[in-house]
Order: sequence, then C-alpha cells, then structure tokens
Amino acid sequence: MSEYPVNDDNQAEDLAPMLLPLDAWHRKKGGRMVEFAGYMMPVQYEGIMAEHLWTRESAGLFDVSHMGQIYISGENVEAALEAALPIDLSTLKTGSVRYSLLLDEEGGILDDLMVTCWSTGFYLVVNGATKWDDIGTLRELLPDDVTLNHLDENALLALQGPKAFAALERHVEGETPLSALTFMKGASFKLGGVDAWISRSGYTGEDGFEIAIPGEAAAQVADLLCSEPEVKPIGLGARDSLRLEAGLPLYGHDMNPDIDPVSANLVFGINKRRRSEGGFPGAEHILGVLAQGASKLRIGLTLEGRMAAREGAVVMLGDQQVGVVTSGGFSPSLQHPIAMAYVDAAHAADGTALEIEMRGKRLPAKVVPMPFVPHRYHR
Amino acid sequence: MTRYFTEDHEWIEVEGDLGTVGITDYAQGQLGDITFVDLPEVGASVAKGDSVSVVDSVKAASDIYTPASGTITEVNQVLADEPELVNTEAEVGGWLYRMTLSDAAELGSLMDEAAYKTYVESL
Repeated sequence: MSEYPVNDDNQAEDLAPMLLPLDAWHRKKGGRMVEFAGYMMPVQYEGIMAEHLWTRESAGLFDVSHMGQIYISGENVEAALEAALPIDLSTLKTGSVRYSLLLDEEGGILDDLMVTCWSTGFYLVVNGATKWDDIGTLRELLPDDVTLNHLDENALLALQGPKAFAALERHVEGETPLSALTFMKGASFKLGGVDAWISRSGYTGEDGFEIAIPGEAAAQVADLLCSEPEVKPIGLGARDSLRLEAGLPLYGHDMNPDIDPVSANLVFGINKRRRSEGGFPGAEHILGVLAQGASKLRIGLTLEGRMAAREGAVVMLGDQQVGVVTSGGFSPSLQHPIAMAYVDAAHAADGTALEIEMRGKRLPAKVVPMPFVPHRYHR
Repeated sequence: MTRYFTEDHEWIEVEGDLGTVGITDYAQGQLGDITFVDLPEVGASVAKGDSVSVVDSVKAASDIYTPASGTITEVNQVLADEPELVNTEAEVGGWLYRMTLSDAAELGSLMDEAAYKTYVESL
C-alpha cells in the first residue's frame, strides 16, 4: 500500500513544521497530525466521512490558525488597498466581509482572501501556504504611509454547520446580538470572556462563523465550544471534502498564478466598478479576457460509479483532451464522486457529457452547476 | 494455512498454491473511509510487487502491490457495493482477490504475523 498525496500542500517550505497554538489540544482530542502549509495540523479525528457528515447536520470546529491574519491601516488606506486589490471599498461597510483576489501583473491569481472593513482599517485573511509571499507582495504594493501588521499572535477558528449559531450564541456577549450578523458580516464579541472578532462566514457552504482570538486563549475557547453537544472538532480532510461539495476553489489546486479570475469563474471577486475602471494589478489582461471570454473555465463534474477522479486527471471528449481535473474526490453527502476541472470553454456548458481518464479507465462525467451541495448561508 | 505480510501492509493467506490477498487492519486505519476498490482482472498474470489494485478513500488513492507472482483467479465482488468492508473487516471479509502462486519461494521474503506486528509498532 502506498498513498498518493492528494491535496496536501506542495507549497510548504522544506523546513521543520511549526506548531500552532492548538497543537497540544488537537493531540489530546485524538487528531492525526500531518504537515500542512508549514504547520502540523489535524487531518482527522474520528474519520473524514463522519466528520464531514457531522458538520453538515450539526456543527464542526475547525482550527484554521495557519491562515494569515493581516491588519492594514494608515493614511488613505482605502485608495492604497484599491490599488492592490480589485475590490470596491466604497461599497464595503464597516463590519462587512468580502471575497477578493491578490493578482500579479499578468492577471494570474497569487491568492484569494477575505477583506473585512474595520472602523480603523482593513482586516485580511489569506491562505496559510501563501501568507509570507502575500505579505511581501502587499508591502511592495502599499505605500510607506500604510502600515501592514501580521497578526501572527492570533488564532483563527471556524465553527460551521446548521447548529453553529445555537452553540456559539450561548457563549457570546456583544453590543449587538449574534443574530444581528448575517452572511459576510462581522462584529466584536466577548466569547467566554475572551475578546473575539466573529464573522458569519466560512469555507463549507454551511451557515457558520469564523472566530479570531488571541492564540493564548485558543485552547480555552476550543474547549468551551466543544463542550456544547452540537460541536465536534473537524480536521483538514473533511474541510477539503466540504469545500469541494460547496464548489469553493482551493488555492494551489483550483487557482494558481497561471490562471486568471475569469477562467476561474471568480469574476465576482473583481467588483463591478473595478471591472469598468481597472487600476489594479493585472487589470489590462483581465479586462481583455472579460471582454473576449476565457478560453477555458473552471467547472464542476459529477461522475458515474464510485471511482474518484483526482487532481491531474485528464478530461476527454472522444479522443480529444479538453481539460484537466484540479480537485476531485468522493462526496460524502452525495455518495458519488465529484470534481472541479478546467475545460475548454466550448465544452463547459452544464449538461455536457465528458470522460475522465483514471488509471487507464474512462469514467463518464457530466458538467454540472456548482455548488454540488446547496449553500445554506444565513443571508 | 499460513498468513504472510508485506512492508506495504498487504497480507496474503496461502493454502497450497492458492493465495488470498488483502490489506491489513493497520493499513485501513491509515487510509480512513474507503469509498471504492479498483480490483484486478480475473485471469491477469501479475508479478510480485506489481500495482494490481487501488483502494480509494475520501482523501486519497493508494496502490496495492501484489505480495506474490501468479494469476488472479477471483476478486471480491462484494466490495463493488460495500467497499467499506475493507474498513470493517480488512483481514477477513474485506479480502481483495485470490490468485494461484507461480513461485512459492517468493513467500520467504515476507513477514509472519509476529514480525509484522513488530514492524507496525516501529512505525
């Protein structure tokens, strides 16, 4: 038996892995620790399938402290950040969260990120494996009078699932009730007495929250939340299968610097005003692709049978290669395999019948709209 | 009947020149929830160490290397509908395939149960 590494992080540097604030906590909870994005992280506790289904029906607690938390402030920070990202900050109210993209000069995707408007500046959450590069890129793009702080003493937890609200509400106090938060809104709370920035957001397609807290309080907060009957800790394995079902792309797999946002079906990450005005890195190329249409597109595929298509598998139409799988696996909720792939735009329409080559076999697959499992955000 | 084990966590139970092959309980625990087993073709001629089968779990696909050379005579059809049997009964009902052995001497390089147990404890 030998395992193919699938969706591990190929960008992690060749250094001894670092430990996150909850390292001991995960081990105590029976987490199977693996190296991911340069950190030791739990890939699973009781098993990916059970954890996945628990999150869909109850609530799962994810440690995503490997992600980069960045605070940007200073004179004219709005204009400076708009020059760096294709976001329209004039429509982002205080306490609101928005998805955005860090792009290179050719319009390739360097990272995807969340931008939150705080009263004093902007709070960014970026991917763990790319955070050091992102910080370097942002420091180059931002003028000297704008300050970038890496909030590396913070932990980040995600509580996701239909019962996340009920479990979290029992422990928070704030100027506004937790129920005031709708999808992509955040506010400050005391969570079990700990200062927390909580937003109603996540990476599973479920209702849920992302919770930024001081690292030294992470174990206390994790214990508090897991003491609720609805909540179990969930590892990286289920995080990946949940986000795949939700149709959410994973950086380094479904996006990379060779892919532009139009091909990635992430045009919504370039806000409307910026699509007409430009003025962000890679704008010239991206606006050209927008006008002409992308030559290939990120699409969803459902497969017949039970054999999963994995990253790198070739997508065929007859004898012609028309694409490649970038993420794939068995969907625990749907009980059949699903995949994300880039295919030629001519063959990207919903309902198109294609085949995926896996280990010398042809697996019948059909282009379907994403998400594979409907989102249940609290809007 | 004698059972042998490989360092890649396959087992083979041998009776005369017939062998039954599966993955160990340790292996299934490492793989997690098994969702599909790609079994070899009956009649296929295989050489020791060939990748003859693939076990898919939610997170990954894993090659199964045949512990002995010979010809595949039967595959475990139950796994088509119940691949999770490899999780629940890895060393019993979750067997993968049966084969005739072409070179019984090959078995000498495999571990017995006690040696495998020691090997797993060392991992």
